[in-house]
Amino acid sequence: MKYLKISNWGYSAQRIFIICAFSIIPLALLFTFAYLPVINMFKYSFTDWNGYSKRFDYVGFENYSRIFSDPEYFKVFIVSLYYFVATFVQMGLALYFATILSFKIRGKNFFKGILFFPYLLNGVAIGFIFLFFFKPDGTLDTLMQAVGLGQYTQLWLGNPNIINVSLAGASVWRYMGFNFIIFLGAISSIQKDVYEASDIDGANRWQQFRHIILPSITRILQLNLILAISGAISAFDIPYIMTDGSNGSETFVIQTVHLAFKYGKLGLASAMAVVLLFIVILVTLVQRVTMKGEE
Amino acid sequence: MNVQPFKYTLASIFKYASLILAAFIALVPIVVVLFASLKTNAEYATSSPLAPPANWLNFANYTKAFVDGNMLVGFKNTIIILIISIVGATLTGSMIAYVLDRFKFKGKKIMVAAFLLATLIPSVTTQVATFQIINALDLFNTRWAAIVMYLGTDIIAVYIFLQFLGSISNALDESAMLDGASYFTIYWRIILPLLKPAIVTVIIVKGVNIYNDFYTPFLYMPKTDLQVISTALFKFKGPFGSQWEVISAGIMIAIIPTMIIFLLLQKYIYNGFAQGSVK
Repeated sequence: MKYLKISNWGYSAQRIFIICAFSIIPLALLFTFAYLPVINMFKYSFTDWNGYSKRFDYVGFENYSRIFSDPEYFKVFIVSLYYFVATFVQMGLALYFATILSFKIRGKNFFKGILFFPYLLNGVAIGFIFLFFFKPDGTLDTLMQAVGLGQYTQLWLGNPNIINVSLAGASVWRYMGFNFIIFLGAISSIQKDVYEASDIDGANRWQQFRHIILPSITRILQLNLILAISGAISAFDIPYIMTDGSNGSETFVIQTVHLAFKYGKLGLASAMAVVLLFIVILVTLVQRVTMKGEE
Repeated sequence: MNVQPFKYTLASIFKYASLILAAFIALVPIVVVLFASLKTNAEYATSSPLAPPANWLNFANYTKAFVDGNMLVGFKNTIIILIISIVGATLTGSMIAYVLDRFKFKGKKIMVAAFLLATLIPSVTTQVATFQIINALDLFNTRWAAIVMYLGTDIIAVYIFLQFLGSISNALDESAMLDGASYFTIYWRIILPLLKPAIVTVIIVKGVNIYNDFYTPFLYMPKTDLQVISTALFKFKGPFGSQWEVISAGIMIAIIPTMIIFLLLQKYIYNGFAQGSVK
């Protein structure tokens, strides 16, 4: 009976036991939900499977050639560009506010809280909040009339030319706080005496930002850029909840979901997902390489 | 002292103006929804969105949203999923981190690489294939679909734990071993209690993600009994159509818990996010 108690085993036996016992569940989960889907996705992408029938046929590269030849499938990339540009706006704003709020300023905690708070909100709630914000005679229109810009009001979600600007704007509102709080954390880890020394040398705020803050947070800036870019390519919640991809607001992920779950074109959807995955990995690699070049 | 007082004043006017403008932009979309949620139907139709409600205590829309919108079911399911996923993620995350930080063994490098590489795969891209796996495991339309996915895709927790474990001295383990403690005892009695700050961080970061997630429950648990806060709210789009005062109340019901927790845990939340993303 004594051998059933782990503490009676020798440490080398315990070691093997603990390594196996503690790794098996995390590894099984990692394999099942991170790697197996990727493997299967590649497999499905070469088939005409509809997702539910018992059998499917291999069709070679047919799905891929369809994606790259039919503008219907390719135009979702143009939509991604809006979110991509928005990402830079978002990071610029976040960096600006993180910088000014890391120096002495009145109401610091108040502003910090308010700027960060939107990030914590429920995605569906944000979708509805912005439906209300952008609808005709909604918040935005009323605000614009109040300040005399009434003639510029638009069908913010009805006009295909600006719908993606509106949606990307909502996305900036939602995610800016996340970048902001990360930058704030990184900036606050800079030693205080570095600023003091530069003060003595007569450096102004801009010089301090350029030569102290920016170099110290490069790593985190790049990390956020990677996250933000893959986020831009995989934009889903806001456009799906607000418009369901109508009026030219369909993103890559919305299209994939529609194809797979609405129209039963699982093979084609998988091929799209593979393309998306390659883009994300490519962008990340380019990032890594340029990052190494700077170091 | 102030060599250029004028320039400094101008700069600080700009600073405060930009902050106030940003705070306004952050708050207005939420505040107007709060206003709308407290208006009667007739009042909503005739008043400007920016106008405050006539009666600040008109909670009729809230009752309607909560009852007709079945939000109680949503809260129940959200809480069940939250608790099981968070306890599970904390345990599995800290266990694997303990093994990876404290032991040297063959295949360790591959294991670390496997966790790292997985972060490169955005989960939305593989959703179509993941769906088939959930289906094959017979988890579709059960709470376990969401739970295993929140457990399985969690790599951030492993990072946070690894980072904290690095700062816990090995000498503690060694002295416990001299007293004859097993590796399991060391993990359970020494490491886990010392990981408390990391656990708080993981709970906050995961909790926010799970509470706000729409995609997973929407796709994997469409059954009405299984709806969570996100999917319950999403359903408002149909029946309440243009009844914006009711939808607004639903929005507020979904975000009030977040507000309360944010106000109570502000400090920890900031730390949590800062640590959650710095490698």
